[in-house]
Amino acid sequence: MQYYTDLILILDSTVRLAVPLLLACLAGLYSERAGIVDIGLEGKLLGSAFGAATVAAVTGSAWLGLLAGIGVALCFSAVHGLASINLKGNQTISGVALNFLAAGLTTFLGQAWFQRGGMTPQLGNDQRFTPITLPFANELADVPIIGGLYSELISGHNILTYFAFIAVPLTAFVLFSTRFGLRLRAVGENPKALDTAGMSVTRLRYQALIITAILVGIGGTYLSVAQSSGFNNNMSAGRGYIALAALIFAKWRPWPALLVCLLFGFLDALQFRLQGIDFPVIGQVPVQAIQVLPYLLTIILLAGFIGRAVAPKAAGIPYTKER
Amino acid sequence: MASTTSSQRLETAAAQAPAIELRGINKHFGAVHANKDIDLVVKRGTVHGIVGENGAGKSTLMSILYGFYSADSGEILVDGQRHDITDSRHALALGIGMVHQHFMLVENFSVLENVVLGAEDSPLLGKTLSKAREQMKALARDYGLEVNPDALIEDLSVGQQQRVEILKALYRGAEILILDEPTGVLTPAEADHLFRILKTLRDEGKTIILITHKLREIMAITDEVSVMRQGAMVATMTTSETSPAELAEAMVGRRVLLQVEKGSAKPAEVRLEVKNLVVADDFGIPRVKSVSFSVRAGEIVGIAGVSGNGQSELLEAITGMRNIREGAIFLNGKPLALTGDDAAADARAAGIAHVPEDRHRMGLVTGFQEWENAILGYQDKYGSGPALDIGGAKAAAREHIGKFDIRPPDTELKTANFSGGNQQKIVLAREMERDPDVLVIGQPTRGVDIGAIEFIHNEIIRMRDAGKAVLLVSVELDEVRSLSDRIIVMFDGHIVGEADPATADEGELGLLMAGVTHDGKAATVGTTPDVKTVTERRLMEMNPQQISDKDAEP
Repeated sequence: MQYYTDLILILDSTVRLAVPLLLACLAGLYSERAGIVDIGLEGKLLGSAFGAATVAAVTGSAWLGLLAGIGVALCFSAVHGLASINLKGNQTISGVALNFLAAGLTTFLGQAWFQRGGMTPQLGNDQRFTPITLPFANELADVPIIGGLYSELISGHNILTYFAFIAVPLTAFVLFSTRFGLRLRAVGENPKALDTAGMSVTRLRYQALIITAILVGIGGTYLSVAQSSGFNNNMSAGRGYIALAALIFAKWRPWPALLVCLLFGFLDALQFRLQGIDFPVIGQVPVQAIQVLPYLLTIILLAGFIGRAVAPKAAGIPYTKER
Repeated sequence: MASTTSSQRLETAAAQAPAIELRGINKHFGAVHANKDIDLVVKRGTVHGIVGENGAGKSTLMSILYGFYSADSGEILVDGQRHDITDSRHALALGIGMVHQHFMLVENFSVLENVVLGAEDSPLLGKTLSKAREQMKALARDYGLEVNPDALIEDLSVGQQQRVEILKALYRGAEILILDEPTGVLTPAEADHLFRILKTLRDEGKTIILITHKLREIMAITDEVSVMRQGAMVATMTTSETSPAELAEAMVGRRVLLQVEKGSAKPAEVRLEVKNLVVADDFGIPRVKSVSFSVRAGEIVGIAGVSGNGQSELLEAITGMRNIREGAIFLNGKPLALTGDDAAADARAAGIAHVPEDRHRMGLVTGFQEWENAILGYQDKYGSGPALDIGGAKAAAREHIGKFDIRPPDTELKTANFSGGNQQKIVLAREMERDPDVLVIGQPTRGVDIGAIEFIHNEIIRMRDAGKAVLLVSVELDEVRSLSDRIIVMFDGHIVGEADPATADEGELGLLMAGVTHDGKAATVGTTPDVKTVTERRLMEMNPQQISDKDAEP
């Protein structure tokens, strides 16, 4: 029973740790499927986390914070779109520029506004997205097996978490069962096919970037206003990049993206859990060795288990109408 | 039917108006005047050919009609009504569909998804797809356009992909179909199939505009033909009242000798000898089956055959690009050991120059500047050690440009920006100027305009007269006949006959190419070789480029 409770707790933190990855990964999925490599996910995540925390702290409303988070991501996407769609610049370089901009600007503005070394003020519970207790969670908590599963794992998360998980089937549906999804996939594979069929490549790519911004904005907000209570310097900590790796791992498909993000989340949760534990035979293992586990496993999985990942063919290539 | 309503009268009037009428179309690209005052009338229910050399402005004109470009001035009338076609969507709405030279298909989509893309009638796909599936069945029945709707594009042969493009246009309700160089990528069998489809479409009342520079196709399928030269429309004729010679003259503006003038060959010692050669393709299937022949100095040996009968593999084996399984190749009496990754370089070093069949895939790096391609494969001769003698290389490139009249004469222009004929000249100049013992040429004039064809043919003859041994492979029988001093016919990997071009007649060669032997016994009937398995058939329907693409995948 102890092991079962442990497992439930690890799975619970798996979910928590997977959410920002999942949102960023789905965000990247929309833009890469539309042919825009978004290395700037990291910067968008960081920027929107800062924007959300700032507005939540100033206004006292988590929801206004969310709007601000999405707003920041939209601004970043607009710059990215202008550079890589209209001006046909290099998508990776403009994305990396956004990352630098986000890292510098958040610290600078944070320090200028709040004088806390780049951190935003601590958010109270009423200024955050707090866990929602689903109906009967408390009543069922003591029922063996199912009780723990329901009350710990399924209930007790904030609304952004539930949204992230709903976004997966939603994305799968949009991508494979709607007109918009068909065109989105086509524009990432062969934009000329769309152009000759009389559709605007520019408009479709901007639409994709807007969806990307909304998702990554929610992801950033989750980091600072739901998972933590305030913004920290560089609090995205490379999640934008890991999300891109997860996207490759998932071969640009939504359901595998969910599994991969959960896997990354699980490895992360396991790593926390294993710290300080005495192993049989080898005894205490240094923290660093355990912390490296998720990354090690990531390398092994990426190298050996995914086979060939074929990116959308037009990804990274600005579309120019000429022959 | 006592009286006709006004709408019916209008319809009758529209039916009498030409399907397309262009008046005074002008289009500039920077300093280039691509279309000069073009007038064109295309009658309903006909196949209308547009011929012209590469760069004559055919594709530009059709892109204007299709709304991909907009004209600087001029009028477009569709069914007698004036329209400003602003984009492709507008053209599609007017019933104009285009099959581009390079297919506009999404490779990892199914046929069905490609057909509906951009013409979905509701935000959700389900209904659209089932409707399209039904419609595809009807189109397949009516026009012989059979393609599996659930197949992925990347798994289809080029001919089938082209059928998808036609289906796409018809699904959008196209009444006027523009085809841009449709046979350039097709095998002869696929081209035949395409022409059957086009005839059916015409008989059903569709109007077809066929852009090509192959006169044979114009004569075979069109009802009317318009000729373009240097951006201007020079003539429109009824096909049955014209001749290839007349069309060719209109295209280039002077009388072209389709027959190559050459003196008699003076064959000397044997330069290249091939003995019992067996070569397999990427899938391990033998494509060259015990072939032996020799080429002497001062003669041109032409290999004729329907494409896909082992000629490509033979060329690749001789030039070191493909390992031989059995047999041997001798150069000047010495055996050549062509194995491993360096084999192609070894063949070059030994004195075999190679103009490959597919200049884009094997002959050039199109993203390079002209001078870089001019020394490609021979770059070690420029400079010593790791340094490259760029000045020397550019000087050589300039010399090639002068000798071969490569236009524009700009060594620093990206190779992709040269026309097909000039790209071919870049390759020819590179290979011929190395003074090789043996020159191996595949498809010397594929995708090359008539003016350049003449030049290239004369250069090949000049090489022969300079005492080189020339081995030539071409799918154009006319070309093999007019250039060669000896013709070898290949069928299904075997040499099935040898002929003297001076005496052989076309019918006899045609029979040999179809696998009918000299004594009149038919090996197989038809234009395509016998295949035993589905894989073999697929391989045969694919062009070499596709095979190599497949090869790139693990």
